Amino acid sequence: MLEVIGVGSVEDLFGSIPAACRAKGPLDLPAPLSEHELLTLLRGLAGANRSAAGDVLAFLGAGATPHIIPQALDDIIRRSEFLTAYTPYQAEISQGTLQAIFEYQTVVCELLGLEVANASMYDGASAAAEALLMTRRIKRRDRFVVSEGLHPEYLETCETYLSGLSGAQLVRVPLGPDGRSDASAVKAALAEAPTAGLVVQSPNFFGVAEDLAPLADLAHEADALAVAAVTDLVSLSALAPPGACGYDVAVGEGLGYAVPVSLGGPGLGIFATRDAFKRQMPGRLIGETVDADGVRGYVMTLATREQHIRREKATSNICTNHGLIALCFTIQSALLGRSGFAQLGRLNFAKAQYARQAIGALDGFALRYDAPSFNEFAVRVPGGDAEALTADLAKDGILPGVALGRFDPRWKDTLLVSVTELHRREDIDRLVAALAGRGGRS
Amino acid sequence: MTQSCVTPGLLHYEPPIFEIGAPGRSGASMPALDVPEADPAEVLGDLAREEPPHLPEASEVEVVRHFTRLSQWNHSIDLGMYPLGSCTMKYNPKVNEAAARLPGLAGLHPYQPTDQLQGALELLWELERALCELSGFARATLQPAAGAHGELTGLMLIRAYLTAQGNPRTKVIIPDTAHGTNPASVALNGYKPVPVKTGVDGVLLPADVEAVLDEDVAAIMVTNPNTLGIYETHLAQIAEKVHGAGGLVYMDGANLNAIMGKVRPGELGVDVMHFNLHKTFSTPHGGGGPGAGPVGVVERLVPHLPRPTVEQDGDRFTLDFDRPESIGRVRSFYGNFGVLVRAFTYIRELGGEGLTQATEMAVLNANYIRARLKETFGPSHDVDTLHETVFTGKPLKKETGIVTMDVAKRLMDHGFHPPTVYFPLIVPEALMIEPTETEPPEELDRFCDAMVHIHAEAHQSPETVHAAPLQVGLRRLDETRAARKPRLRWTPPEETE
Repeated sequence: MLEVIGVGSVEDLFGSIPAACRAKGPLDLPAPLSEHELLTLLRGLAGANRSAAGDVLAFLGAGATPHIIPQALDDIIRRSEFLTAYTPYQAEISQGTLQAIFEYQTVVCELLGLEVANASMYDGASAAAEALLMTRRIKRRDRFVVSEGLHPEYLETCETYLSGLSGAQLVRVPLGPDGRSDASAVKAALAEAPTAGLVVQSPNFFGVAEDLAPLADLAHEADALAVAAVTDLVSLSALAPPGACGYDVAVGEGLGYAVPVSLGGPGLGIFATRDAFKRQMPGRLIGETVDADGVRGYVMTLATREQHIRREKATSNICTNHGLIALCFTIQSALLGRSGFAQLGRLNFAKAQYARQAIGALDGFALRYDAPSFNEFAVRVPGGDAEALTADLAKDGILPGVALGRFDPRWKDTLLVSVTELHRREDIDRLVAALAGRGGRS
Repeated sequence: MTQSCVTPGLLHYEPPIFEIGAPGRSGASMPALDVPEADPAEVLGDLAREEPPHLPEASEVEVVRHFTRLSQWNHSIDLGMYPLGSCTMKYNPKVNEAAARLPGLAGLHPYQPTDQLQGALELLWELERALCELSGFARATLQPAAGAHGELTGLMLIRAYLTAQGNPRTKVIIPDTAHGTNPASVALNGYKPVPVKTGVDGVLLPADVEAVLDEDVAAIMVTNPNTLGIYETHLAQIAEKVHGAGGLVYMDGANLNAIMGKVRPGELGVDVMHFNLHKTFSTPHGGGGPGAGPVGVVERLVPHLPRPTVEQDGDRFTLDFDRPESIGRVRSFYGNFGVLVRAFTYIRELGGEGLTQATEMAVLNANYIRARLKETFGPSHDVDTLHETVFTGKPLKKETGIVTMDVAKRLMDHGFHPPTVYFPLIVPEALMIEPTETEPPEELDRFCDAMVHIHAEAHQSPETVHAAPLQVGLRRLDETRAARKPRLRWTPPEETE
């Protein structure tokens, strides 16, 4: 090869790099490992953790709610043809990816009750931030009203995304006493100044099912767009979808539903909107077409919104997205099917109701909010320190929920408990018994 | 329109999943209800969903066959060479997949107490250290989900730093060879991109940068080696000038595969750089993602890194949320952990020596292709290139009317994914080829033979080349039709005209 190139050594190929720019010394990294040694190392690191999916009995959700992932799903996505393909730039040899994403877009539209979905974003939080930016493009305004029921990490991500845009203002609206967004406060915030978008999450961060429709009406009355966030897609089996409640944009997170939670990533950013706004959407879109012989096929389309064509005038900078997780989502939805998805919702709801009633009835424990929930609910703990309680129960191999003080000191007394189809009745009973053992203690 | 097609051999024309199965069918395996039944509609009232979503209705075998058949319509790195320039389509070792699926890693919840996450945090810490050793930076954030996300994060860090210095400034200089994400990220962060032309020898010239450099310039954003595959020989000098004017230097690390073990950007005056773990560090692209785009920074930018950071405290690892000067978080949780595990596994598999060798073999392979094809397709610049090489199809177009897209489509008939085409924008009829280090010499030869063959065919039988692809099951797809009347979701056949 060197002969064909016409150089004497491989080092000669690096002659264009000035001597002064060369690395000062070789890389100081650990020595290479064989496959067997590697797996030993990785197993060691994995063994230094306690898995929430087996080593402990966990009731953790809060935007990363684990669900049953069917065996067939991982089998399909390990196929090299999906796993090791690039972005489908050359349509004729990427039909597998393209058709799968077209199906993904369809399923997302069905779940959220909207008309157009993109080919995926990174996660729910960045999708929420992109939704704000889309409302900004459409309304040409820099002010946003956000319910405090939005996941705090989504809120923080939105703030970070807006930080470089001069004049951008994000107004937070507190929840009412029943745990739902306070409609009068939302109305007042919208009335203060012209606003681009209102963001509401349902079920909200505390697990409370929001009354979505009136809030969208308030946004529209103030000439703002309404954005809904969904952090556990399974909730859409029981709750009216954002599209049906009048929302213009819906974003969601596929972590847990499509893939194991894996310390929080990679998940799946879901983004859908109305047909009228499709040219303002961020991200890729796949469309149906035909080939030169009239055979049905799929291509990336409406790309004039995107960075590789429009550069600084693009609707977003996104390029690599979460395509493989979008495929996982599509497979999960296809395997569950229409009846399975509904059944999954009923299981989640019934099990969470069972736990909610039992824990709510415990001495010293009280539900933080009374409004209905789906598969997650917030509980005030006796003694007022949810983190201490969690640490205590962790010793017995139980993680009773997420102690919310880590997000806001005002929520120090609150535990967010997630109950899904993964929990058997005996698991829930064990949790209730463990909590009862701590009841009334201070 | 639906056209029924004869299945040629094992290549199945597969309808959308919504046209498969029958009402009531499901592939779900659902646990029994072991608690008292509770009707959501009763409790939720008005909030309840009225009609279940129209999801597919198919059995497990139907779903599995559907996606297996779809998969067979994809080209992939495991099937053959995928020489997309600046995309670094190298082989993805299988051990990475095994590692990421270990239950003690995949089963972790982000809100478990950190004493239950010590192995994961150690892995993140070690990965950050390895990336810093490779690049010469002080610290790195692992949060960004992709290269463009890393760019945005890096620009936010620059803005935060300059704001703390008293003035965030307004402009970012970007060479005309840059990937489209660069100007898009700049705009997304509220800066105005200022283009600067690449010199005739394919590199940025300090004088050209100086001509647009002023007190409003927040940073310059440079890809090195650039998208022509050429090392930016004046980068250190340019960095000095930008620093002199109070600006910072951002390096797009998309092409890091060309310089591992050879150059540490942090030693050259670069202040911020993102890595593409799905390019340089062998994590699979998955048909478009997920990737990971960690960002490395020099010491003075460290206080602004996204929170939380992973910290080592004796033999314990912790998450540090208490970072008052942080830009905040750019996403939920801590990053694309599953991708980070794969990249960590790759780095430990190769070690420092192996990574350096990967770079050397990548550059060797690219130069071999350049040498073999330079008489057929002219190189874009008569300058040495590193890990990728750009040819122009302009002479071929002039001689035969065959354009670069025709060559690309015809390559499919030879079993190859085409190179990146029509990019960088400054090269007419560009063909940008990056073979990576994992292609064996025989595959490189097959690819070069195919290119030479197509070049000859363009002269002898241009109509054949223009009609390509002819062997992949589908002919060229009508993109104009897709854009004119967008059909972006499936609808039942009776609802279409």
